[in-house]
Amino acid sequence: MGLIEKFLHNLKAPRWGVHPDDHKRPAADAPLRELPLPKRLYIPLQQHVGQPARPIVLVGQTVLKGQLIAEAQGNISAPVHASASGRVVSIGEVTAPHPSGLPLVAIGIEPDGLDTTAELTIPADPFALSPAELTRLVAAAGVVGLGGATFPSSVKLALGKRSEVTTLIVNGGECEPYLSCDDRVMRDFAASVIDGVRLMLHAMGAREALVGIEDNKPEAIAAMKRASATFPEIKVRPVPARYPMGSDRQLIVTLTGKEVPSDCRAADVGVIVNNVSTANAVHRAIRLGEPLIRRIVTVNGGAVWQPGNILAPIGTLASDLLAFAGLKSEPARIVMGGPMMGAVLPHAKVPIVKGTSGILAFNEDEIAAPEAGACIRCGTCTSACPMGLLPLEMAAQIRAGSLNGAEALGLADCIACGCCAYVCPSHIPLVQYFSHAKGELSEQSRSRLRNEATKRLAAERVVRLEREAIEKAEAAARRKAERAAQKAAEAAKSATESKETEAAE
Amino acid sequence: MTHNLTLTAPPTAPHTLAANSISRIMLTVAATLAPATLYGFWLYGWPSIFLWVITVLAALFGEALCIKLAGRSVVSALSDGSALLTGWLLAISLPPWAPWWIGVLGGLFATILAKQVFGGLGFNLFNPAMVGRVFLLISFPVQMTVWVAPLPITAASAPGFHDGLLIAAHGIPSMDAVSSATLLGFAKTELSRGIDLLHSLAGTNAPGIVLSGARSGSMGETASLLILAGGMVLIFLRIISWHIPAALLAGLALPAAIAHGIDPTRYLDASSHLFSGGAMLGAFFIATDYVTSPNSRIGQLVFGAGCGFLTFVIRTWGGYPEGMAFAVLLMNAMTPVIDRYIRPRILGRDWRGAPLDPATQKGKS
Repeated sequence: MGLIEKFLHNLKAPRWGVHPDDHKRPAADAPLRELPLPKRLYIPLQQHVGQPARPIVLVGQTVLKGQLIAEAQGNISAPVHASASGRVVSIGEVTAPHPSGLPLVAIGIEPDGLDTTAELTIPADPFALSPAELTRLVAAAGVVGLGGATFPSSVKLALGKRSEVTTLIVNGGECEPYLSCDDRVMRDFAASVIDGVRLMLHAMGAREALVGIEDNKPEAIAAMKRASATFPEIKVRPVPARYPMGSDRQLIVTLTGKEVPSDCRAADVGVIVNNVSTANAVHRAIRLGEPLIRRIVTVNGGAVWQPGNILAPIGTLASDLLAFAGLKSEPARIVMGGPMMGAVLPHAKVPIVKGTSGILAFNEDEIAAPEAGACIRCGTCTSACPMGLLPLEMAAQIRAGSLNGAEALGLADCIACGCCAYVCPSHIPLVQYFSHAKGELSEQSRSRLRNEATKRLAAERVVRLEREAIEKAEAAARRKAERAAQKAAEAAKSATESKETEAAE
Repeated sequence: MTHNLTLTAPPTAPHTLAANSISRIMLTVAATLAPATLYGFWLYGWPSIFLWVITVLAALFGEALCIKLAGRSVVSALSDGSALLTGWLLAISLPPWAPWWIGVLGGLFATILAKQVFGGLGFNLFNPAMVGRVFLLISFPVQMTVWVAPLPITAASAPGFHDGLLIAAHGIPSMDAVSSATLLGFAKTELSRGIDLLHSLAGTNAPGIVLSGARSGSMGETASLLILAGGMVLIFLRIISWHIPAALLAGLALPAAIAHGIDPTRYLDASSHLFSGGAMLGAFFIATDYVTSPNSRIGQLVFGAGCGFLTFVIRTWGGYPEGMAFAVLLMNAMTPVIDRYIRPRILGRDWRGAPLDPATQKGKS
């Protein structure tokens, strides 16, 4: 970019956020490839926010592609379906797609390669269905937010209906560098996405849909504009490429000017945000009867031979995807998600889940992080923070051990987008500070609740013991009185009896 | 604690970092100071070059000494460029022909007492270069207020390399021959003698604003236009924001213009204020020091305006003809207070930090 262009770009861009090198191409331009069926799939029961699903198959059982294998439990949950036909070989723990590497229960399936599909139910005219019925079908298909938050979509649709939401915002921001799975969905399946958007509008009873797409994806913008041309209720709105534009609060304020109050949900201001890939999944669920059993995953990074987007069944191991794309060198770090917010994988034998947007294999150069220095209070983090926080002040409070001080500065409003740590010239791991402090604070509030509960129970015990002592004393007194009365009665009785005897004698 | 975090926890996001560093920032600032400094060298000749070198070396030495005593890596501390910049800023705020020990004392004072004693980079409350300058001004008022008229290095009468060394070693040989007053100093002296500005400034010896910089003063004072240009580059490169410089210059120019409009015999006009006494240097390079200025945009406006206004007050009614250094230090002391009371608005909250009302937000479209 030339200096003048850069200057003009800067003028247009929002005041918050950062503009990292996006590294999206050439991966974004490579045609979509389909992964050959892997030897083994591990489908976790918890791929969404909420309660994990409950398995309803047994080891050794044969399943069909798309068959329900674990059902939702509770109000916020999502069912899980078999991504391929085959045999259930295990129900056990696998490594979770999380830096902790903690175990997670998953159903292991050995695909038979036949891809026999479970019987589908496809409504003839979904728009003739009631919103509640449509939402039920979306729930049954296990659709969750594919942008990464993995919130069950049906719950969101029902919330939208209940809160009388007017606007559906369709998130095609995809602001994370390296990732292009949403870009690919919009380019290759624009008509499906638009259909999914119409279905969601119907399910929520919303008036209009605004599709926000960052202006670094001109092909996607063109494809989506073409696909939505006949639907006036759907408006495609290019937005400046600025990280984190794909964060819901930032996208909402950019597209509508509405700020979601910090203690509210988007629905409270009449807006619901859904990802473009989620819209595509809704389309497939309703029109094709296909539950959420596959997704597009971006495989990218300096260690990848052929970066690009790969259509893969849910439960594929990251190692299978990397082997398919090929590795130039041993990756120095494997990340699930984008480089700004993604999670480090402890190793590549981790299954991809519904929310996996990318598997990035970085080489040493890409992750080189200079040693952290002192804060020079330059305020770059403050300008970058999309929430208007003061990262440097919060970090200073946390360093001084004052978690409450950090909380007073708005720690709870931090969305952990990583802008501050990205721009810091002293390379201070600010996000790490904030995650640490948030963890400590929630632990503190948990233990405070625990302490309060203990205190309450202890106080109740004292009261109970006192009451019992009083009751005991009263009972004893009563018994004593009764005994005395009885004795007196007996004495009186025996006296009269003896009198009677005397008299009789 | 930071070390524990990084050692025990697996690497966390973000996994990519912007190509930025403290040394890159400091060296860019130094590069934007270079044109004005080189021009100053040309105007004031060899003595000013020696003074600059001595001051910078003293600042670096003071920094290195403290780092060594603290048992840290001297090379990595010096390579951040902050001590270099401190010495540099101090040097160009000194009288260009001041003796060597002025530079040594100032440089050492700036990095040792004003910076390292507070904990080093990022922890000092006051701008180290300005602490150094004020210390010198209070301790050595004579040496700190002897200015020379520019004598370009190429001029026949200019001191050569050898004479330059002598001046740096012993001070100016025959003071009357070359000494000259700065505009602010001259105006103040004449006013105290009861001569009003209309008469004093109309006199033949009166210094005027010479935008080419060929007038007496420090290097950072006379080359105002080059300093201004360097500052604009810093704003363009987003190393500094426009808030502090703009507020400072406005805070200085507005009261000056009003006072001058009321009584031109007693008050200098706004442009004399803006182009004298290191106003430009202060606005773009001194007051914008990250460590000692507020971190919110509005706080920076308050801070800048305060610096400008206090400069005007000190210059006009204070005991010293120049006020920038004092004004900056006073506002440095206010910075924690400003930061406490002026904070940016959090998205989804009002200015006081209370969550916004969803009803008003819902109504927007």
